[in-house]
Amino acid sequence: MKAFILERLRRSGPLLGLIVLSVALALTTPHFLTVNNILNVLRQVSINALIALGMTFVILTGGIDLSVGSMLALSGALAAGMIHGGVPAALAVALALFAGAAMGAANGVLVARGRLAPFIVTLATMTVYRGLTLVYTDGRPITGLGDAFGVIGRGYLFDLPLPVLWLGLGFAGSYLLLNSTVFGRHVYAVGGNEEAALHSGVATDRIKIWVYTISGLTAAAGGIILTSRLNSAQPTAGMGYELDAIAAVVLGGTSLSGGRGTLGGTLVGALIIGVLNNGLNLLNVSSFYQQVVKGAVILLAVLLDRSKAGR
Amino acid sequence: MTTPLVEMEGISKSFHGVEVLRDVGFTLYAGEVHALLGENGAGKSTLMKILSGIYRKDRGVIRIRGAIQEIDSPRRAAELGIAVIHQELDLVPTLTVAENIFLGREPRRRRRVGLDRGRMLREAREMLELLGMDLDPALPVERLSMAEQQMVEIARALLRKSEILILDEPTAALTEREIDHLFRVLRRLKQSGTGMVYISHRMEEIFRLSDRITVLRDGRVVATMRTEEATFEALIRQMVGRPLEMRYPKKSVAPGPERLVVEHLSVPGKLHDISFAVRRGEILGVAGLVGAGRSELARALFGLEPVRGGTIRLDGRPIVLRHPRDAIRAGIAFVPEDRKRQGLVLDRSVQDNVLLPTLSRLSRWGWLARGRERAEAETMIARLSIRPPDPARAVRTLSGGNQQKVVVGKWLFQTPKVLMLDEPTRGVDVGAKREMYEIMHALAREGVAILMISSDLPELLGMSDRILVLHEGRVSGRFTRSEATQEAVMIAMAGGA
Repeated sequence: MKAFILERLRRSGPLLGLIVLSVALALTTPHFLTVNNILNVLRQVSINALIALGMTFVILTGGIDLSVGSMLALSGALAAGMIHGGVPAALAVALALFAGAAMGAANGVLVARGRLAPFIVTLATMTVYRGLTLVYTDGRPITGLGDAFGVIGRGYLFDLPLPVLWLGLGFAGSYLLLNSTVFGRHVYAVGGNEEAALHSGVATDRIKIWVYTISGLTAAAGGIILTSRLNSAQPTAGMGYELDAIAAVVLGGTSLSGGRGTLGGTLVGALIIGVLNNGLNLLNVSSFYQQVVKGAVILLAVLLDRSKAGR
Repeated sequence: MTTPLVEMEGISKSFHGVEVLRDVGFTLYAGEVHALLGENGAGKSTLMKILSGIYRKDRGVIRIRGAIQEIDSPRRAAELGIAVIHQELDLVPTLTVAENIFLGREPRRRRRVGLDRGRMLREAREMLELLGMDLDPALPVERLSMAEQQMVEIARALLRKSEILILDEPTAALTEREIDHLFRVLRRLKQSGTGMVYISHRMEEIFRLSDRITVLRDGRVVATMRTEEATFEALIRQMVGRPLEMRYPKKSVAPGPERLVVEHLSVPGKLHDISFAVRRGEILGVAGLVGAGRSELARALFGLEPVRGGTIRLDGRPIVLRHPRDAIRAGIAFVPEDRKRQGLVLDRSVQDNVLLPTLSRLSRWGWLARGRERAEAETMIARLSIRPPDPARAVRTLSGGNQQKVVVGKWLFQTPKVLMLDEPTRGVDVGAKREMYEIMHALAREGVAILMISSDLPELLGMSDRILVLHEGRVSGRFTRSEATQEAVMIAMAGGA
């Protein structure tokens, strides 16, 4: 029973952190707890949270995907380029999503069939995909993308910003995939003990290829939303996004060695980062200090998690 | 009488309110081998972890050479001359033999900078010669066999002038010949005054080696006696708290037609031209020294080794095995040697583990049926009497025997055609061993062809209908149950005619 309570506490630790943080901000700034500001925070975190959802799958198998920022940029640039060339927005979005999935699948094939370290593979493809983005855009932004495409990142459903809706759909889909399917169980098994999964007949290679494909897909979704919101595709878009996504996953309590973690945790992790950024802005903390605070929070969270997990 | 090396008195210890040791007393004299016996969970490991500074006792007193000591860290234990030779070896695989022996106390040149490599190698070689080992100290440890690695650990303990040695299942991964050698070394250490605590599930070894025996059950000392006064039956009774009629239950099933036929099977560098057949309801024992290719044979028949040449037929139909999925689809099940590494996802629940190979059958279009999952898991828990009977429990917290039942349970949702077990009773207590044998017999009665690999010869002779012996990747002997004697099988294992 005691172990059960401790386990519950460990799982809800990130959520408690988010609540404490929010209460503290609500008490110290008059603007934090307003509908407008909360929707604003949600919209700001939506892209990072989406990427982090895909990243969660990868990290649950014990891997890592450093190439998400570059996949985001290339997918966004491809969507923009196609629209610029007269392709209908819906088709351009679909093709850009497919391109993201294909880039992710390439990562997966290299990791699974090539038996290479995920860190190395995605470090390399991070550079390759970034380079391809620069080649495709000739190093210049692609702008003037029209209203139909602009809705994705700037539109509203009643008062709800659409990026938040996309995040909601992405979360629902990935939650079902991870928790209600054979595939989801296999993801946890591969990350928990790949050897045992193989001995149980799990097609471990295939599972790995799929998780990187999912990560490519969520990165592409992030790229499309970002491009739409800015009404332009920047060749340098998404630089450093991999670190924010990994931070969200880790803050959410997912183990970097694989096998343990939840998507709910990741969502909470992304929100902690978003609320922190927002709160520090509201409190007029300089952006230089914001980075220091963000890093310290991540360290603190991991230390707390460690001390609870050990005994 | 002389002062004992170790005196533990009134030791108690609880974890999360559960008492695992109560008022335990234990003494060890110089030049003595004191065996510690008990089923898994009886408290042997906890007691030894208290002595070696990994856990702290709640109550009680420990005296080392007559003086009361608080052993609050492994470091303190080492200072007091206590060394542990683990089941899982504590060596750095990429460092050399000499570097491992001297780890943490490397001899330095003048002014304390720079290693004195020459001296390290020389002294390591001397130390190994003392142990009767002809081993190059410049070799990285990862290239050594388990037995050799163990000797390196013992050498390390000797270097540290440890007079108190705790040996936890030291023979679990060793072959008969290696065990003989280990025992010679241990006897020599004994003569020089080292006291040893010996933990093992193998009774024969305890009778061969020990001077005294202490039996633990449920965290208490049931008895301490001199070994010559102990009998096998009495010890078992004391360990399990009930008599155990027979060690190997006799099965009564006549083998049926040939189920698995392997002809001229080869795996490059590992197996050469292996042919044999297993019938329905038959238990084929596979014997051999470590490295003879026993595990490789099972792995090849489970799609885990690249087979080059030869045919495998199941119920008369040729099959090709490229991935464990192919084997599982064909009806071949495999309980691997190392259950923690190959058998289980330790952080996941009993339910998740036991259902892992079966998930796709329990789902429709990849969607899981939650209710059915739990029901199926509960059925298997009841069928194999897995304890505690809680499907949500993480397998990490189960005892070795119950973990092994989970691994076996993975394959019993659909009765397999062939079941391969690699060291199925290693590190498993007497009660669970017996249950494992019962499960094997029950499956044989259902017509399952069983292939059992074991280093425990009495077990192999007691359980098998026939025995296949491997030596350096080739078949070096075939015995029927009536032909098989310990001597004959051992000669074949060593490659003799």
